[in-house]
Amino acid sequence: MRITFDFAAVLTQWPLLLRGVAWTLALTAVSAVLGVAIGVGGAWARSAGPRWLRTVAGAYVELVRNTPFIVQLFFVFFGLPAAGVKLSPETASVIAMVVNLGAYATEIVRAGLEATPRGQLEAAASLALTRAQTFFHVVLPPALRKVWPALVSQIVIVMLGSAVCGQISTEELSYAANLIQSRNFRAFEAFIVATGVYLLLALALRRALNWAGPRFLFGSRA
Amino acid sequence: MIDFSLWDVVRNLLLAARWTVALSLIAFIGGGVVGLALLVLRLTGSRWAEAFVGAYVQVFQGTPLLMQLFLAYFGIALFGINVSPWTAASVALTLYTSAFLAEIWRGCVAAVPKGQWEAARSLALDFHEQLRHVILPQALRIAVPPTVGFLVQVVKGTALASVIGFVELTKAGTMITNATFRPFLVYGCVALLYFALCYPVSLYARGLEKKLNVAHR
Repeated sequence: MRITFDFAAVLTQWPLLLRGVAWTLALTAVSAVLGVAIGVGGAWARSAGPRWLRTVAGAYVELVRNTPFIVQLFFVFFGLPAAGVKLSPETASVIAMVVNLGAYATEIVRAGLEATPRGQLEAAASLALTRAQTFFHVVLPPALRKVWPALVSQIVIVMLGSAVCGQISTEELSYAANLIQSRNFRAFEAFIVATGVYLLLALALRRALNWAGPRFLFGSRA
Repeated sequence: MIDFSLWDVVRNLLLAARWTVALSLIAFIGGGVVGLALLVLRLTGSRWAEAFVGAYVQVFQGTPLLMQLFLAYFGIALFGINVSPWTAASVALTLYTSAFLAEIWRGCVAAVPKGQWEAARSLALDFHEQLRHVILPQALRIAVPPTVGFLVQVVKGTALASVIGFVELTKAGTMITNATFRPFLVYGCVALLYFALCYPVSLYARGLEKKLNVAHR
């Protein structure tokens, strides 16, 4: 038996793949920013918010972390329109990704917040900082710095998870691969090329975020 | 038009959830066996084995599970074997699970103090005996909570098998939606059923973590 591969048939479709990569990265970028923002808010709510808010944030985290992303995506895309909210595939994808990342980021950031030494809080209090000032200037930056590697991992996981968004015809990378294989019937080649590109994206994204975080997000001081 | 009651929807989803559970068990057990083999291979310390297992883990953790499923589906077919979604999903999820478990367990073995290896070696135990009698029993204790916790990831991962036509909970949800035109209700129920499967496991893993940690201090 001979297996013949025809990678040329896939690679000649590079504009499609490139477009897919662009969409994947765009979805990831938006979700990363909004998701981490939700994570910070959620972590604050869970550790310092009023009792009812803690419960709500806790329920949100557990609900999202114990259900598959694809079901969350289908719920947003197919379910919400039935409740009167009409969404484009791209919007639905971003919402699902943000909600998903937000829950994981909440847990990650919370772990960082809880590692704050008591003396720091006492020092902030003795400087007469308000609660908000204490949170944003004293507690949050070192907490983020501490958990940044975990956040980066989670962002990479969400980027890889976005492959599922092709199922609701968001035109990201896996959608491009699917489109290519439906044109030339080279399914294995199309998917292996896409998988390779995902691997490269994951490695590059991890490296870029690990590099950029300490420089731009919370200052380069160690 | 036939009317579907809430019970009809839930009953059919529950029936489909059996296959989610079955596939999860296959992936977990298969992944455990392959993962253990990878771990032992890596612990032999040969540079070649280290590089191979490292690359294996990197590939499966750095690519989407969905792509792995597609590749298993179309890849096995290349050999002229007729693949059912069952086979493809089992193969892909087993490999995926093995990569994560190998990595989790490697961390647990690394957490066993180096002195234990040295002590075992000074007792003239060979590599096999060192692993079996000294290292693995200690690593196992540390490994239980994260391993149980990872089971949740596996259960959620099986949802992707719906994309290659495996009829489990998610796929059943899609089919029922097409019949009932009530996506909000159906996908809501699907999500709740996954939650019912996963949340107890999450809680159990967290409980184990607390228990074993306290004992450890």
